[in-house]
Amino acid sequence: MAWLSGLGAKGSCMTDYDEHSTTGGGFAVTSAGRAGAFTPEQFGEEHLKYYQAAAEFSRNQVEPRAEDIDHKKPEVLRELMQQAADLGFFLVEVPEEYGGMALDKATSMLIAEALSPVGSFAVTYGAHTGIGTLPLVYYGTGEQRSRYLERLASGELMASYCLSEPSSGSDALAAKTTATLSADGKHYVLNGTKAWITNGGFADLYTVFAQLVDGDSLKFSAFLIERKTPGVSIGKEERKLGIRGSSTTLVILDNVKVPVENLLGEVGRGHKIAFNILNIGRWKLGIGSVGAAKYALGEGVRYAKERVQFKRPISEFGLIRQKIATSAQLIYAGESMAYRTAGLVDAATAKLDKSDPEYFKKAINIIEEYTIEASILKVFCSDALAFVVDEMLQVHGGNGYTEDYTVERLFRDARIMRIFEGTNEVNRLLIPATLLKRALQGRLPLLEFAEQTKKELSGPGRLPTRGTGPMADEARASELAKRAVVYCASYAATKYLDALKNKQRVLGELADAIAHLYGMDSVIARAERITQAHGEDDELTKVHCALASLYCFEARASIFQSLQRIAMMISEDDELDLLYERLGKLDQRYRVDVMGLQERVAEYILQNDGYKLSH
Amino acid sequence: MKILVALKRVADPDNANKVKVSPEKIDTTGLEWKINPFDEYALEAALRLTEDGKKPKKREGEVVVMTLGPKEVETTLRSALATGADRAIRIDCTDDELDGRLVANALKTVIAEEKPDYVIFGKQAVDGDNNGVGQMVAELLDWPMATFAATIQEEDGSLLVSREVDGGMCTLRVKTPAVVTVDLRIVAPESVYSKLTDKAHKYSDGVRFAALPAIMKAKKKPIDVKALADTAGGVTIGSNYANFEAPAARAAGVKVEDVAALVDKLANEAKAI
Repeated sequence: MAWLSGLGAKGSCMTDYDEHSTTGGGFAVTSAGRAGAFTPEQFGEEHLKYYQAAAEFSRNQVEPRAEDIDHKKPEVLRELMQQAADLGFFLVEVPEEYGGMALDKATSMLIAEALSPVGSFAVTYGAHTGIGTLPLVYYGTGEQRSRYLERLASGELMASYCLSEPSSGSDALAAKTTATLSADGKHYVLNGTKAWITNGGFADLYTVFAQLVDGDSLKFSAFLIERKTPGVSIGKEERKLGIRGSSTTLVILDNVKVPVENLLGEVGRGHKIAFNILNIGRWKLGIGSVGAAKYALGEGVRYAKERVQFKRPISEFGLIRQKIATSAQLIYAGESMAYRTAGLVDAATAKLDKSDPEYFKKAINIIEEYTIEASILKVFCSDALAFVVDEMLQVHGGNGYTEDYTVERLFRDARIMRIFEGTNEVNRLLIPATLLKRALQGRLPLLEFAEQTKKELSGPGRLPTRGTGPMADEARASELAKRAVVYCASYAATKYLDALKNKQRVLGELADAIAHLYGMDSVIARAERITQAHGEDDELTKVHCALASLYCFEARASIFQSLQRIAMMISEDDELDLLYERLGKLDQRYRVDVMGLQERVAEYILQNDGYKLSH
Repeated sequence: MKILVALKRVADPDNANKVKVSPEKIDTTGLEWKINPFDEYALEAALRLTEDGKKPKKREGEVVVMTLGPKEVETTLRSALATGADRAIRIDCTDDELDGRLVANALKTVIAEEKPDYVIFGKQAVDGDNNGVGQMVAELLDWPMATFAATIQEEDGSLLVSREVDGGMCTLRVKTPAVVTVDLRIVAPESVYSKLTDKAHKYSDGVRFAALPAIMKAKKKPIDVKALADTAGGVTIGSNYANFEAPAARAAGVKVEDVAALVDKLANEAKAI
């Protein structure tokens, strides 16, 4: 991968960075909060009704049966899936011609969020409707789609996605499963073992990735395999830490004859299918994590209000209130980023002509465009969820460590979110790598922005100044942080060229810094929009601004800490001094009444028995 | 069979603590709204009466929902349309223009125009708890009524309606056209049987969920808007609201050491025994 060759291209000093407000990764160079980001406040009546329908289903049907699901009580999960199908939850992303509703990504994310409280159900639903069904939606031929889609949408067939193998997880393209064309040219014969297959135990249709043997070369490709095909067998159910109710098995292929018509997409293009479908999975995993975090916060709040120690409910204690506020600010940031991304994708997709024969190809290109954001959502939101479930369990004290309290399950269920759909480590590497690749392809004026930053740093009075409004400090901090991150990223890229791809520690720090840039930008845009709509003195505005402010305070500090680590990793002596000096000019502190803002947030959350800041 | 169901939106009872009260008025801005639960039950009863329980997607008759209020209440109506009602009627007005008598008169006009076989109400709204509109409408129309229905069974041209009373059930037969108000038991699995539904059929408990495609289709179902002045028949608001106040916050309880202390407190502090 020579993604860094050709570095050093000089850009025009007249670049209009805000032109890139809807470009994937464009947030790194556009003015803070000014991207016109979509926010959850902009959902219309229909979006909210879909969300409420799913939330009601979760509350009334799924949550009361969480324990039965976790204990794999026979038929409970299948029954709930059938109910979900009957209510149309499988139709969301299926094209209308196959009986689907073809709704936008925002709706599919709202539903994923609403169904998140019971991890086992959420994962089963997500695997079927997402990574199970979507490969066909985006890459299937008309004949393949008419053979399967309608039955997948009605719940008659269950779907599953088979990429990992016992010896290839993160290194997915090193899969050993092979496909060989039969002598008569009518079949592919597949051999191999697929691992960690969600819904493996009961799925009827598997999207299997395998190496198509073509003479001496292996061509990574995708195949649609029906369960009833001879040679397909299913391993035993894995005994897992969390999401215990979901089915996770090996899928073993022993001389499975798959008709050639069941090759999905083009030969040798399987990685495109695998990764683009995972991109969609990553948004939903992100918003699902946000939903689960909201649910956990609600559990913690309820317990804190009831639990009395030292003759006071523990919700009155500063350290408990701090946990509530800190959890809420992460949820706020995750939610703002997730729906902003949905807004970007939907706005671009809405411009496509549905009757265009290339519609799905173009739609998948849009998904690919926002691959950086997809990885950010995956990493940030699953990390945030880990923090929230941990703190909310802590609020429960010893009780939280027992199965008598829901938070115990939430803690276990959350853990997988950092592992599947691409580990957080793999996703971290993707974030800066993709950003720099885009810069070199000329899709993002990153190097120009770094050059401009260098000029701004070389003389006084050239850096952005503080504006006005409740987010003025944060907006300036965001502007400066963008300069610092992009400067460091291009500094490292110029220094190491292609070798940067092996500097995982540098890339990891960059990934966290870039994710926080997206977070800061998204919460600032949202808080500013709320301020415009309701005025600075409105109570709700103040809560939004408090959350945005608290998050930005932490994010800014974290960004500069990451950059400092990078500076120390990539330079020493005079060079390090120079880097420090430059970063120092951008590392501008400002005052934030952290305790006061945390109190405002905690009070709001406690009064409303949970997050309750959106739908 | 044609059934009219009257709905009222109420502030979400789970978020009732958000209501801001001043002596002159109740401030409703920022509240989350829901269909009054008893009215949801009324709608569910109407849907069950106009279908074969085994084929709930096919409507064997017409269910029309109606309400009074500003444009925003249409979202409440669309929720009802998504659950299965065929069309909706909104009488345009603001909440503070209304009292029970005026509502009953306005509904009477609509009912007289629509000529349904039955009108079904929830027994009362959970905000004001007045429990009056259904009965007033029956009186104004001079129709038979059966109130607090726990079960309804359709027979040719009439409904057998039972209400729970001390020690058993009191069953009335009302002939069409009639007014029925329903209690919460009406959504139990074996509470409502249309002529078409097999007596062995059991509904799932509670009201039905709206399926996603139904939410989409609800957008296209018609909502008729009528003016309050055209339906009120000259009746104007007759109630004067003298004062509003929020209920006093509940004082914290105390824990007592033992039964003796409890008996002592009940006898001497609460003077309950």
